[in-house]
Amino acid sequence: MAKKAFEEDPRLAQCNKEAAAVLILLVLNILWWSVFAYGFGSRPVEHYTYIFGLPAWFFYSCILGYIVFSLAAYLVVRFLFKDIPLENTETSKGGEPN
Amino acid sequence: MQAQGILVVLTAVYLGILIGVGIYVSRAPKTPKGGFLTEYYLGGRSLNGFLLAMTLVATYTSASSFLGGPGTAYNQGLGWVLLSVIQLPSMYLTLGVLGKRLAIMGRKIEAVTVIDFIRERYDNNKLVTVSSAIFIIFFLLAAVAAQFLGGAILFQSVTGYSYVLCLVFFTAVVMVYVTLGGFMAVALNDAFNGVMMFIGTVVLLAATIKIGGGLPALMTKVAAVDPQLITPFGRDHFISIPWISSFWILVCIGILGLPQNAVRSMAFKDSAAVHQAIVIGTLVVGMLMLGMHLVGVLARALVQPVANSDMTIPLLAIQLLHPVVAAFVLAAPLAAIMSTVDSQLIYIAGTIVKDLYLNYINPSAPEDTIKKISRGCTIVLSLLILGLAIRPPSMIVWLNLFAFGGLQAAFFFPLVGGLYWKRANTNGALASQLSGVMAFIGLTAKMPRPLGLHPIVPSLAISLCAFVLVSLATPEPKTETIKKFWGCP
Repeated sequence: MAKKAFEEDPRLAQCNKEAAAVLILLVLNILWWSVFAYGFGSRPVEHYTYIFGLPAWFFYSCILGYIVFSLAAYLVVRFLFKDIPLENTETSKGGEPN
Repeated sequence: MQAQGILVVLTAVYLGILIGVGIYVSRAPKTPKGGFLTEYYLGGRSLNGFLLAMTLVATYTSASSFLGGPGTAYNQGLGWVLLSVIQLPSMYLTLGVLGKRLAIMGRKIEAVTVIDFIRERYDNNKLVTVSSAIFIIFFLLAAVAAQFLGGAILFQSVTGYSYVLCLVFFTAVVMVYVTLGGFMAVALNDAFNGVMMFIGTVVLLAATIKIGGGLPALMTKVAAVDPQLITPFGRDHFISIPWISSFWILVCIGILGLPQNAVRSMAFKDSAAVHQAIVIGTLVVGMLMLGMHLVGVLARALVQPVANSDMTIPLLAIQLLHPVVAAFVLAAPLAAIMSTVDSQLIYIAGTIVKDLYLNYINPSAPEDTIKKISRGCTIVLSLLILGLAIRPPSMIVWLNLFAFGGLQAAFFFPLVGGLYWKRANTNGALASQLSGVMAFIGLTAKMPRPLGLHPIVPSLAISLCAFVLVSLATPEPKTETIKKFWGCP
C-alpha cells in the first residue's frame, strides 16, 4: 500500500463499524436459522414436537427467527448506528453529533 | 363471472392510481439542486425511511415470491419456507453494508448510477464501464420480460383475457408513469405496491388458517399427504444442505451486487432515513417471504395439485375467498411484478442514457436533449420489453434466477470490493466481472449442481480469486482516485 498521502474522511470509519455490526448480525442469523432447523428438524418425523401446530424446528428457526432478528436489527440501528451527515459540506468533517 | 368483473374493475382502479402518481410527480415542483439527471434517475436523493424501505423491498420482491416460490413450497413443503426466510437479512445487510458508505462516496463524485461509481472508482476505464452497461442491459431486460410474462399469464388465467392483451395494458401503464415521473414515481408506486403486497399476504395467511380450521389441523393434513413435507429437506432430499446453504449467497449476501438495489443507497436523504428503512424493510420483507411461502405449504391441505404450480396462490384465493378479498390477494403478485419492472426499466434507461450516451456519445448534451432522450429511451425500452415478453414461459422462478445470478457475478466484487478495498483496480474489476459471468453461465448450462451447490457459489468464488489476484498483480489505482473516494470532501 502507498503511504497515506491524505487525511481520511472520518465518516467512513463509522460506516465500517456499522457494516461490521451488520455482518455479525448476519452470522448470528445464519447460526440461529441452521441450528434450530437442522438441530430439531433432522430427527424422524414421528419424533417431532409441535408449537402452535407447527413443527418445533420450523417455529424456532423461521417464526421466532423472524421476530428475534427484526428486533435485533432495530437494536443494532438504535444503539450502534450514528446520525452522520452525508453531504459534501465542510461541516461533515468529523461530524458525530451523537 | 361476477368475481372476474370485480377483479377487472379493481385492477383498472389500481392501474389508474399508478398512472395518477406518475402525473402527480411530473407536475410537482422539483428541487433545484442536482438538475434533471439526479431528479429523473434518483428522485433528487430525497427518499425518506419509509419510501426507501418500500422501494427496496418492492424492487427485490418479484413475481417469484408470490407465484413460483409458493408453488414450489406447495410441492416441497416447509423446507422451501425455510429457504425463503434466508431473505430476511437482505434489507439490513444491503442498507448496512452499502447504505451510508455508497451514499457518502456517491455524493462525492455526484454519481447517479452504480456504473458512475464503477467508472470513477476504476480510473475512468472505458472497458469496465461498457461491459458493466452491457451486462445490466442484457440481464435486466431478460428479468423484466420474465416478470411481465408471469403477470400476464396470471391475469389470463384469472380473467380469461388473452395474456397478450394483459401485457399490452401493463406495459402501457408502466411506460406512462415511468416516462412522466421517473424514479420518484417509481419509488412512490413501489411504496403503494409494497403496502398492497403486505396487506395481501396478511389477509391470505389469516384466511387460509381460518378456513383450514387452524394451524394444527392444516399441518396434520399436510403431513398426511407426505410426512416429508414437514421436514426441512423437501421431498426425496430435494432441498439438500449444500443446496440450501448456497441460497445464503444467492438470495441474501449476493444481493449486495445487484445494481438496481444498490442504486437505492444513493437515493436516500439522510442517516435517519437509512436507519428507519433497515427496521421497516426487515419487518416487511420477512412477513412477505414467510407469509406467502407458508400459505403455499398450507394450500396443500386445501386445494388439489395443479399442472402449473405457479398458479397455486391465485387458485387458492379464487376458490376460497370472497371475490373482493380474492381481488386484493391477487393484486399482491401484480404489485410485485409492477414494482420490480418499473425499477428495472428506469435503471436500464439510466444505464443507456447516463452511462453510455452521456459518457461516450454526446457528453455535452444540453439538459433539454437529455430530457427528451431519457423519456424516449423509456418508451422504446417499454416496447422492447413488450416484444420480448410475448412468448410463453414455464417456470418463472428459474428464468428469473438466471438473470439474478448473472448480475451478482458481474457486480458483486467490482462494487463491494471497490467500496471497501483501496487496492482494488481496474484490471481486477474487469477480470472479476468477466470470469464471474462466464462461470455462472457455463455452470448453469452444464452443471446445475456443482458439488451439490448452486452455480452462483463457485462463480462468485472464481470471481473473487480473479478480483484479488489480478488487482495485486497489476499496478495500484491512481492516488487521486483513492483520494476522491476516501479523502475528506
